[in-house]
Amino acid sequence: MTISIRNLEKVYKLGTEKGKALEVRALDGVSLDIEENEYVAIMGTSGSGKSTLMNILGCLDKPTGGEYSLSGIPVHKMSSAALAKVRNEQIGFVFQSFELLAKQTALKNVTLPMIYSRANWLGAKKRAKVALQRVGLGDRMHHRPNQLSGGQRQRVAVARALVNDPSILLADEPTGNLDSTTTDEIIALFQGLHDSGQTIVIVTHEEEVAGHAKRIVRLRDGKVVSDYPTEDDPVHQEFLRAKAATAVRLAEAAPA
Amino acid sequence: MIIFAPILMLLRVLSQTVLLALAQIFNNKIRTVLTTLGIVVAVASIILIMGALSGMQRGVLAEFEQFGAKRVFMDGTLPPSWRGKLNWREVQLQEDEIEAIREHVDSLDMLCAMYYGTYSVQYEEILLEAISTVGIEPSWHDIENREIIAGRRFGSVDLEQARNVCVINEKAIEELNLPRDAVGEFILLSGRRFKIVGIVETIERAAMFGGGDTQTEMYIPITTAMNLNPNGWINFAQGEMKNPDDADNVVAEITFVLRKMRSIEPDEDDTFDVQVMQNIIDDFNKIALVMTMITGVVVLVSLVVGGIGIMNIMLVSVSERTREIGLRKAMGAHPLVILMQFLVEAVVLCLAGAAVGIAVGQLGLLGVRNMPFEMLEGAAAPGWAIALSAGLSAAAGIGFGMFPAIRASLLNPIDALRHE
Ligand SMILES: Nc1ncnc2c1ncn2[C@@H]1O[C@H](COP(=O)(O)OP(=O)(O)OP(=O)(O)O)[C@@H](O)[C@H]1O
Ligand SMILES: [Mg+2]
Repeated sequence: MTISIRNLEKVYKLGTEKGKALEVRALDGVSLDIEENEYVAIMGTSGSGKSTLMNILGCLDKPTGGEYSLSGIPVHKMSSAALAKVRNEQIGFVFQSFELLAKQTALKNVTLPMIYSRANWLGAKKRAKVALQRVGLGDRMHHRPNQLSGGQRQRVAVARALVNDPSILLADEPTGNLDSTTTDEIIALFQGLHDSGQTIVIVTHEEEVAGHAKRIVRLRDGKVVSDYPTEDDPVHQEFLRAKAATAVRLAEAAPA
Repeated sequence: MIIFAPILMLLRVLSQTVLLALAQIFNNKIRTVLTTLGIVVAVASIILIMGALSGMQRGVLAEFEQFGAKRVFMDGTLPPSWRGKLNWREVQLQEDEIEAIREHVDSLDMLCAMYYGTYSVQYEEILLEAISTVGIEPSWHDIENREIIAGRRFGSVDLEQARNVCVINEKAIEELNLPRDAVGEFILLSGRRFKIVGIVETIERAAMFGGGDTQTEMYIPITTAMNLNPNGWINFAQGEMKNPDDADNVVAEITFVLRKMRSIEPDEDDTFDVQVMQNIIDDFNKIALVMTMITGVVVLVSLVVGGIGIMNIMLVSVSERTREIGLRKAMGAHPLVILMQFLVEAVVLCLAGAAVGIAVGQLGLLGVRNMPFEMLEGAAAPGWAIALSAGLSAAAGIGFGMFPAIRASLLNPIDALRHE
């Protein structure tokens, strides 16, 4: 079991008003198991707690309750120093806004996680090059982020997330800032990674994107409301039917 | 392997952070210059003041050395505890005291009492007022070791008969417009006829020993001098000891003789002062130490001011780069690595300031060496001052960089990433 969470809670305390504690229950008892080599999409309306969940899965944030074990190790008990090591070795995180260092080349950006890695420090440059080639940017290594397209930037970010061979790749709306063509680029990239055995969890608003995952988990108000394999997910199936119908209608409307 | 792992880790982090810090400084050149100004000033002043001071110290010590390590000086003094009971006239050295020292202090090789006066001096049309005239004994020639260029030195007959003879220096010949070979000429000293019997060489001396401008010097036998102005005391005596290692003995013996002559009780202070060269050197070193300490305080204050500037800019840097810190943490940077990164940056900043300060200080010393003061010719920053200023700057970097660095290291990764 790669990821196993039980009754995960995240409560934001926003102070008090009229004697009552103001709080947001961003996660309200989430339980979830994700196996090795799974490709899971997390969906839900805005504010449903997707990012909060991803940040906790990525050990960027700590839950206020519940349990989380990653590859069998209970991480919810760990100190922030120990979590740094977990993030470095086990987790690859892709952000919606890329989060590349603007003044550094693609190669330098991809090297970053290895600077903090005990195992991969030596030979970091070589590994970074391999990672960039893997995402199809072998010819863009010495470009800075502002010399790259959005899709290319996100691919640099993916290469950076993969460079330490993480057990899970977490992506919070990786296509949120991209147009449909570059979205397809990233989807294809993820598909390839999944085919080569990478465990992937992705947050998305788009059914189209979610459709490439093998499983869809839906959140509402900090709770899991549905969890199906993609082909059994009623909402997604409804989306596919509607899409097909639109296609048919478009085809009928088109002159013969 | 287990032992080397932390060392390797440290090296890895250091190499990484130093490069990062240099890049950061390079990217913010103007800001760096403004920020490190305090450090630059502090370090430049350490280098400059310590360089000038130690140069001066060397110069003065060399001067003393030339004076001779065997010299002993004595004169009467009026310590506070004796004020009211005695006046300054009553503590001056007496002839019989000098005789007693001559007789009883065996470690003294030579002794010369000296008696100062200021008189008008005239040769033909030229009249010079207020010329300092020193009454001396023949032993003066040996103690001062000054060459007689022409004529002769004083002999015991001159003293015994209190002859009206004088020895002058070349400056006096010039000032009085005497013939080149002035020996045998007569001058009027305080209205009396004095025969010039010898010309003594002029010795270049530093300003603090009454040198600087060469002056007219006029020497007469001490007995003659005492007849000219019978005060009944001697201003000053100088001697030479047999062995410079005997300094403490000589001082003790002279003190013993004088206390006995003056009937000073054991619990009373000396009404005279006996100094050997080493004492004077010690005194000078004390003054130099005090000056060094004052400089130290000034430098410390400016280092603190500079350090606060560094702290301020580091805080700005941390808040500007909050997202970057968040990203680095998300990528697995240990909090201590982040701490190191900002500490190293602060230290590199301070050391850059120190390097500029050292350069500025050295340039300043170049200027000081070219100033028209003989004493400052040897001004050069001692190695320890350079090391100390670099060390202090690094310490300021660590001290004042610590707070911003801790702040950065404690940031929660997700909050840092969401910053702005
Ligand atoms: N730092 C915070 N302080 C207080 N409340 C927060 C904080 N972060 C998130 N929340 C709240 O927690 C809830 C869940 O937020 P979250 O960002 O996880 O939503 P999301 O599902 O990712 O939404 P979106 O699709 O818009 O990104 C929201 O109600 C949000 O207002
Ligand atoms: Mg979100």
